[in-house]
Amino acid sequence: MKILLELYWVFFKVGMFAFGGGYTMLPLLQKEIVEKKKWLTSEEIIDYYTLSQCSPGIIAVNVSTYIGFKKKRYLGGIVSALGVATPSIIIITVIAAVITNFLHIKEVSYAFAGIRVAVAALVIVTIVDMYKKSVVDWLCIILYITSFLLSVLTSISPVFIVLGAGITGLVLGTRMRERKGDKNDIS
Amino acid sequence: MIYLELFWEFFKTGLFSVGGGLATIPFLYDIGRRYDWLDTSIIPDMIAISESTPGPIGINMATYTGYTAAGILGALIASIGVILPSVIIVLLISRFLVSFSQDKRVLNTMYGLRPASLGLISAAAFTLLNVSVITYDAFVESGNILDIINIKALVLFVCLLVIRLFFRKIHPILFIVFAGVIGVIFKF
Repeated sequence: MKILLELYWVFFKVGMFAFGGGYTMLPLLQKEIVEKKKWLTSEEIIDYYTLSQCSPGIIAVNVSTYIGFKKKRYLGGIVSALGVATPSIIIITVIAAVITNFLHIKEVSYAFAGIRVAVAALVIVTIVDMYKKSVVDWLCIILYITSFLLSVLTSISPVFIVLGAGITGLVLGTRMRERKGDKNDIS
Repeated sequence: MIYLELFWEFFKTGLFSVGGGLATIPFLYDIGRRYDWLDTSIIPDMIAISESTPGPIGINMATYTGYTAAGILGALIASIGVILPSVIIVLLISRFLVSFSQDKRVLNTMYGLRPASLGLISAAAFTLLNVSVITYDAFVESGNILDIINIKALVLFVCLLVIRLFFRKIHPILFIVFAGVIGVIFKF
């Protein structure tokens, strides 16, 4: 029981201080789980983190569940996931409750019009970064453009676009990735 | 039954969004198209709030949508919906952990998923531009070609983009606060 409470509290703290989610929580995990609690080594955290990026779903929840499972099996996984999610739920509910009362004020709507521009810029820079990592050859370019166009021009559910791309990768991935490997070996 | 709809839609979002919090945005637009309890015009504001508050963006978005759609219970149900697929899948994977991350099929699937997910995020970014910098609706209304782009917004957008590209260490919150202040001063 004590270890479950500890897991909940550690991940509560991580959720509380991870601004922006998944990518910012790695240093927090290092500090809490490797340095303070000494539950795992630094390498193990990195492994779980990589694994979480390969699993569907929210990266932060994935990492927490992996570490919780490692520590205390199924209950540990569930408790850790709840821990990392709790601060978000509380903070956002409070903000959502307050902000709806303010949105009709003129100054607030001006501010949000400016903020929307910033959000577009932030998202686009993130896309540029992700593009370098995930679009590695011509098949990826085709998948990228196809899913972009399908999403902009049609109302197909993103679920099917994701499924289609996953199947394409499953079928053609080996060939593409091996060819790329060869090229790298030669150069 | 709005609670069931919230749960099911966010369960799907959690299950199919690959590559971090921003990947949930295309799903939100998709939900907004199909249900009247999500007004897509609030999505950019939600992203701003999610980026400026602690916690995983995906959960923040679910909580916010759930709250605006159906109050506190809605917030809870949407949040549980979006984290549940993660928890189930990770617990399943944890049992067979050893080989999962080296499994060729997993690597191949991820190879295909990443660019497609990024394509979806890019489409969402296009929509974001469309509600901030490009004002196509105003152009249609007035017929004046100059109305197609909000010049003030375009200038701010280019400035922020350049600053962001060259100074990566500045925290996103500062961009959001700065843009908010500019918005008030210049009456966006």
